[in-house]
Amino acid sequence: MNINFTLISQAMAFAIFIWFTVRFVWPPLMRAIENRQKTIADGLAAGERGKRELELASQRSGDVVREAKQRASDIIAQAEKRAAEILDEAKVAAREEGGRILVGAKAEVEQEVFRAKEVLRQQVADLALAGAAKILRREVDEKAHAELLASLKAEL
Amino acid sequence: MASGTELTPTSYMAHHLTNLTSSIGEGEFWTLHVDTLVMAALTGIISLGFLWWVVRGATSGVPSKRQAFVELAIEFIDNQVKSTFHGDRHAFVAPAALTVFVWVFMMSAMDFLPIDIMAKGYELVGLHNWRSVPTADVNTTFALALSVWFLMIFFNMKVKGVGGWIHELVCSPFGKNPLLWPINILFNLVEYISKPLSHSLRLYGNIYAGEIIFLLLGMWAATGLAGTFFGTLLNAGWAIFHILIVTLQAFIFMMLTVVYLSMAHESH
Repeated sequence: MNINFTLISQAMAFAIFIWFTVRFVWPPLMRAIENRQKTIADGLAAGERGKRELELASQRSGDVVREAKQRASDIIAQAEKRAAEILDEAKVAAREEGGRILVGAKAEVEQEVFRAKEVLRQQVADLALAGAAKILRREVDEKAHAELLASLKAEL
Repeated sequence: MASGTELTPTSYMAHHLTNLTSSIGEGEFWTLHVDTLVMAALTGIISLGFLWWVVRGATSGVPSKRQAFVELAIEFIDNQVKSTFHGDRHAFVAPAALTVFVWVFMMSAMDFLPIDIMAKGYELVGLHNWRSVPTADVNTTFALALSVWFLMIFFNMKVKGVGGWIHELVCSPFGKNPLLWPINILFNLVEYISKPLSHSLRLYGNIYAGEIIFLLLGMWAATGLAGTFFGTLLNAGWAIFHILIVTLQAFIFMMLTVVYLSMAHESH
């Protein structure tokens, strides 16, 4: 254990090694490590952002679906209402039409009845006239009593 | 093992604990421990060169296993520094801590090399005395501790100014009262002397003691069949335990460096 010039040489070697590490070893690796840390931090932040955006998007899509469902059910309800209305209107119209047809038919029947009565009356008058003419063949001049006969026919 | 001369426990120990020296001038001080310097330089160049090689190809994308390992080590040290030092650690303190940890660990890890096999290998290339473990040489640990000590003083003056530092030496920890000045100065003096001593001797003592134990077990292994058996067993056990000691001592050395430097940055 003797102290000699080795000490000073070793101190110089130490100084050189420290200088070398400070200059060439430490900074590049620290740079690499810090860059990687930054990359990782950025990646994590991006992931976080993506997750948040996904949440928002799913919330938005849920809203859209809910709204669409709401509107679809509104449309269906409206359609049903409209269908019921159309049905009612059709019923009313049919009933009115039926009534009208009935009235028309009744009027026609009455007309027919009237016409038939008229014809019958004509025929009865003709028959009566013919009967009367047969009875009165000789005594009654057709020409002299035509006026009388026509008024009689009109009364029948 | 020593070649030629008779092998005794003393010569065995002495052989393994003698540095390869080279004189560069007159006097005891002007000698170099060539083995210490070469091994320290080699371990430093290999370990820091490895880090540099990995870092040069470092990507900020998905790291390779090699890069992940280096990042693990560096981030471990960075976290330790972050919890102790509150300033711009990237400028100096954290890389210095990395250097200290990696280098000290590698130097101490030379202790794992099987001591006699290595000696045989060194013998083959003509190196009679060659100690593989630079941190078992007090020159290395003292060099590191004194460097840290000077850095500490440098940062003290840089952060607080010369006046602020002297004020701190005189007025802390007990108070500003002039009557307390001598006590403060004495206290700080003891602190400034004890710091590099404890810093360096702790590492030196641990690693040196570890080496001695390996030597003792090696000697035991040479005493016969039972000795070989138990010597081998205990050697393996001690080597495994020594992994913990080496790592721990490197960590302690690094932490003390960081603590001393961050104390220099903070005013009381």
